[in-house]
Amino acid sequence: MQQNRQIKIASINNVSKKFQEKYALIDVSMDIYQGEVLSILGPNGAGKTTLINMMLGRLSLKEGEIAIFGLQPGVIELKRQCGAMLQVSGLPDMLTVKEHVQLFQSYYTTPMQYDKVIELAGLESIQNQYSKNLSGGQKQRLLFALSICGNPRLLFLDEPSVGMDINARKSLWRTITELKKQGTSIVLTTHYLQEADQLSDRIIMLNQGRIIHQGTPNEIKSSINSRKISFISSASIDQFVNLQSDNTIECSGKYYEIQSTDTVQTLKQIFAITDDISDLSVTRAALEDAFLLLNKESEQ
Amino acid sequence: MQISTHQNILKPSLWKIYFLESKTETLRMLRTPGFSVPTLLFPVMFYTFFGIIFTMNAATMPTYLMVTYGVFGVIGPALFSFGVGIAVDRGQGWFDIKEVSPMPASAYIFARIVLTFLFSLAIVMLLFFMGAVFADVELLRSQWLLIALILLLGSLPFCVIGMTLGLFLKSSSAPATVNLIYLPMGFLSGLWIPITLFPDVMQLIANFLPPYHLAQIALKVIDMDVGANLWLHIGVLLTYTIVFIILANRAYNKKDKK
Repeated sequence: MQQNRQIKIASINNVSKKFQEKYALIDVSMDIYQGEVLSILGPNGAGKTTLINMMLGRLSLKEGEIAIFGLQPGVIELKRQCGAMLQVSGLPDMLTVKEHVQLFQSYYTTPMQYDKVIELAGLESIQNQYSKNLSGGQKQRLLFALSICGNPRLLFLDEPSVGMDINARKSLWRTITELKKQGTSIVLTTHYLQEADQLSDRIIMLNQGRIIHQGTPNEIKSSINSRKISFISSASIDQFVNLQSDNTIECSGKYYEIQSTDTVQTLKQIFAITDDISDLSVTRAALEDAFLLLNKESEQ
Repeated sequence: MQISTHQNILKPSLWKIYFLESKTETLRMLRTPGFSVPTLLFPVMFYTFFGIIFTMNAATMPTYLMVTYGVFGVIGPALFSFGVGIAVDRGQGWFDIKEVSPMPASAYIFARIVLTFLFSLAIVMLLFFMGAVFADVELLRSQWLLIALILLLGSLPFCVIGMTLGLFLKSSSAPATVNLIYLPMGFLSGLWIPITLFPDVMQLIANFLPPYHLAQIALKVIDMDVGANLWLHIGVLLTYTIVFIILANRAYNKKDKK
């Protein structure tokens, strides 16, 4: 892994994108490395899809620079090394899964073996079905198969697990991890933070067109240095109001939750107030907490 | 730090892509009989009614209308397969998937031209069969062949017009809009009623319509045209083709559509 991260495959420098009068991306700079999963997260309208479309060459690039494998987005030599799964409402109805995959394989120089594509996308049992008869999740898997069938060195996945049930999602995650091991770089957007947390080597958080934070999932989670202290106590909430001012206290009945940036100090204070404490636990912020908090900060 | 650049100088086989793309596009169409059967039968049915059963002049009309309904017949698949087909693919987002894939844009066009030719050929054969068997149309073998060839190649300008429509129209309105262009344009070009029966003003209008010129080229083979210069007709069709290629190219390469 450490070695892989040395190899840069794409660089995006100071890219801004304006639609009519509104900026959808503002001064975005980032790199993509070989064999990493890079997640782009952000609320709706943050610019995730715009950023992906810029890298795919579907939008014109007027401010900034993008080079992927040393090539301009959108040129066919680059497309032959990439796969992309976009959000689509319909596939041509009257073609079978097999026909779809074989057609897309022909576009590539060194396509992945057909059987392997089918296996990785979990399509074994429905190879000969018309796409008309596929469920939402099965269609997603077919689109995924089309995106990987060319053995891409760089794979774009825009909301890949939408409409998938939990089993399909888990198997998608396994496949993504396997592709990564083989050296494929994966750029992922998702609404499922758990997905990003499990899969990503790095996360880029966008809000209102800007990168507001980037790092490993752990770095992002620990960038919020507050911890959650929870316990049960029959002491009344009034007794705890003297805690440091940056702590927030929530109490429902005997259940207390205190957010603290200095856990040791806060715990000392709590025990100074009362010994009546049970079920004590200290947990780190989840990615979701970090996500909400960082977005809130950037909007202020 | 290393920077990885592209390394594939190899290219996939273009002919294989053309072949597979045409095959899948054709399969897709054959499996949608709700579209393919009416497209095939419409011109033949019209010809049978107005050219054979209710013909005004049994000596010349069946021959004349066989050719003009042939023009009508080959324009249909060209306008619909390109116009409606592309608009629908675009509406579903499928066109986007194709666009970001390494499919050469030429393969998409090639496949639809193949499809159009297959349909056109079937329609022309059906019309020839009806004409020869039920209306005693008698032509030289070279005339049958030449007319078929003119009709097939003559569908190309309409492929280009269809492509432009497909890139501009919304999928929901495309079928109605294409029909609104197809049917009046066919009528005004004298494909259903011989142009010489039209008032002068309408004959003048026909000069601006591409089906009129294709019909005149095909009618020249059997000396039933109005007698204008062949190159005038070819020139008009070429002009239409070039103008619409430019428009289609502009529409396709226009980014930031959304």
